[in-house]
Amino acid sequence: MEQYEPDRLTPAQTAAMRRSLRNGRAAMTRRSLLRASAGGALAVGGIGALSGCGIPAAGKTQGGTSAEDHSATEKTLNFSNWTEYIDLDDSGKHHPTLETFRRRTGISVKYTEDINDNNEFFAKIKPQLAAGQDTGRDLVVLTDWLAARVIRLGWVQKLDPSNLPHAYTNLSPQFRNPDWDPGRAYSYPWQGIPTIVAFNKKALDGIEVKSVSDLLDNPKLKGRVSFLSEMRDTMGMTLLDMGKDPAKFTDDDFDAAIARLQKAVDNGQIRRFTGNDYTSDLTKGDIAACVAWAGDIVQLKNDSPDVDFVIPDSGYMTSTDNMLVPNKARHKTNAERLIDFYYEPEQAAALAAYINYATPVEGVKPYLAKIDEDAANNPLIVPDKAMQARSHSFRALSQKEETAYEEKFAKLTGA
Amino acid sequence: MATVTEAEAPPLAPQPAPKPPKKRGRLVPYWLLLPGLLWLVVFFALPMIYQGSTSVQTGSLEEGYKVTWHFATYWDALSEYWPQFLRSVFYAGAATVLCLVLGYPLAYLIAFRAGRWRNLIMILVIAPFFTSFLIRTLAWKTILADGGPVVGALNTLHVLDVTSWLGWTAGDRVLATPLAVVCGLTYNFLPFMILPLYTSLERIDGRLHEAAGDLYAKPITTFRKVTFPLSMPGVVSGTLLTFIPAAGDYVNAELLGSTDTRMIGNVIQTQFLRILDYPTAAALSFILMAAILAMVTFYIRRSGTEDLV
Repeated sequence: MEQYEPDRLTPAQTAAMRRSLRNGRAAMTRRSLLRASAGGALAVGGIGALSGCGIPAAGKTQGGTSAEDHSATEKTLNFSNWTEYIDLDDSGKHHPTLETFRRRTGISVKYTEDINDNNEFFAKIKPQLAAGQDTGRDLVVLTDWLAARVIRLGWVQKLDPSNLPHAYTNLSPQFRNPDWDPGRAYSYPWQGIPTIVAFNKKALDGIEVKSVSDLLDNPKLKGRVSFLSEMRDTMGMTLLDMGKDPAKFTDDDFDAAIARLQKAVDNGQIRRFTGNDYTSDLTKGDIAACVAWAGDIVQLKNDSPDVDFVIPDSGYMTSTDNMLVPNKARHKTNAERLIDFYYEPEQAAALAAYINYATPVEGVKPYLAKIDEDAANNPLIVPDKAMQARSHSFRALSQKEETAYEEKFAKLTGA
Repeated sequence: MATVTEAEAPPLAPQPAPKPPKKRGRLVPYWLLLPGLLWLVVFFALPMIYQGSTSVQTGSLEEGYKVTWHFATYWDALSEYWPQFLRSVFYAGAATVLCLVLGYPLAYLIAFRAGRWRNLIMILVIAPFFTSFLIRTLAWKTILADGGPVVGALNTLHVLDVTSWLGWTAGDRVLATPLAVVCGLTYNFLPFMILPLYTSLERIDGRLHEAAGDLYAKPITTFRKVTFPLSMPGVVSGTLLTFIPAAGDYVNAELLGSTDTRMIGNVIQTQFLRILDYPTAAALSFILMAAILAMVTFYIRRSGTEDLV
């Protein structure tokens, strides 16, 4: 893992590396599914048994969704987010935007980085939410498909639009109407996560990569191509490449896309399906080209001049991480004020400058340019109109579809 | 526990002789066992019951799960995922054999030949445990990198042609193949082999070797007839400590493997976290546990060291 050897790097690269290491939403997160495993595979069985056997009640939470809102008397807010997914000052202890929020509103945020993986976090909060209890969290950040699931299950609270004037005005049009939360009644995006095609110029050695088809069909890339283990990102990119719209595909389209990938698995074209661990393979050149998350690539480009990306002509996928207020949260109004705060372009710019994901807030560019000119001009961080037009999202799935698709995808990836 | 004191009280009065302390002494071991037993109940027995119950439930996330004694889940899981079961046994078995082959000479060296270096070598064996399991496994991606020196050397020596022909590697790379997974498993579990081997070898009286020599045994015969049989408890416990966790491991297969190297641990993880099919995940865990238990019992019977367990 070459990026862990600081003495071989120039100061500029070291700075970039530090940034990339801090940026855990990218560098660490999806890999964390493995981190848990270090505890031993037995744990899986154990946790499985415990949470499974609670014989969770049917979908909707009994006894109402909202608790008494203590926002007026308790000036606090419990905010659970992904690791390394917020701005940090040089001392590494304070989050400047949260400090600004506290100074302005008097609400002190208890910020916890306890989300490493959507599936794990869901398993963690499921027992309380299913039983209609307070999770101890007022605001959580979940990727769109999981946000869709908890909304479907009725485990989160409807937001009060009158507390969200900035959010309502400044939310980027491309995120306004997801089919799983039309008009954003329950959720607002924290960041957008574009999925793109990335490559290592040196490893490609002149081979042209412009689309997912190139990854799947070019025999010169055999065994040097990887796809993501996140079902919606990989399948979305493949569907787009086959001319289908991930927002309204059919079962047959899905099966055709699976068959296409299966062929590439069978003939050894696809080397692996990866979480975040593709990043080291890509910088080393073991992987010549792959489907990748833009947040990672923005940082890898700082690290290594060989890494670059391309937006396929067929378009690219953008998923979102969304802020939601779980049932029985004690400080709903405070949570709404925080959501609204991050939709002020100035605050969104401070955040975007630090974490390199696609900002869901309109009007950020001039503020971001004052902090970091490069970031402001990077279409992966501030998508312009043309970029937004090529962005697609995966349609909401019913529970039955979700199970069936995940099963088919699991079979494709070997288990 | 109240009964204990009640039972104790009456005999105390009529008999002043040494009997009461004796009785109390007999109960002490049970009191001492109590924390361990509680631990077993809370962290082993209860989860097992929950898991067993989960495996015969049916339902879905939205409707909830109910116990319906749906034992077909076991059969479905087994018929669907037997290749991954076989693969886990095979990989874990290969890693165990490799660990034994690599670990025995090292344990022998530490026990008999290391002299004042003994402690240093022991530290070197244990030191990797100070870093995280995950980081150690990721390090193998650098060691076995496609353009790295190891793979380069293996290619020059045409070793990879042979292993590719055997189906252990693919083309001119090692990463994302069965060989990489077995290497990772071997590396990660090697200390579990070396430590028990060392303890049983170290206990062997050096004079036995001298006696064998006095009786005109060649060194190889001494090893075959004296050293190895005496180290059998170490071999058995070492192989068990390696095989059992290796068979359930999924980190190595996830990071170093590919789609055709997924082990049963990966399947369980996928079923539990991604597909949310808790009954199948629980059934698979039970099948894995039963299979390992059966294999271990058979193995211990065969190796004739029942006193070990």
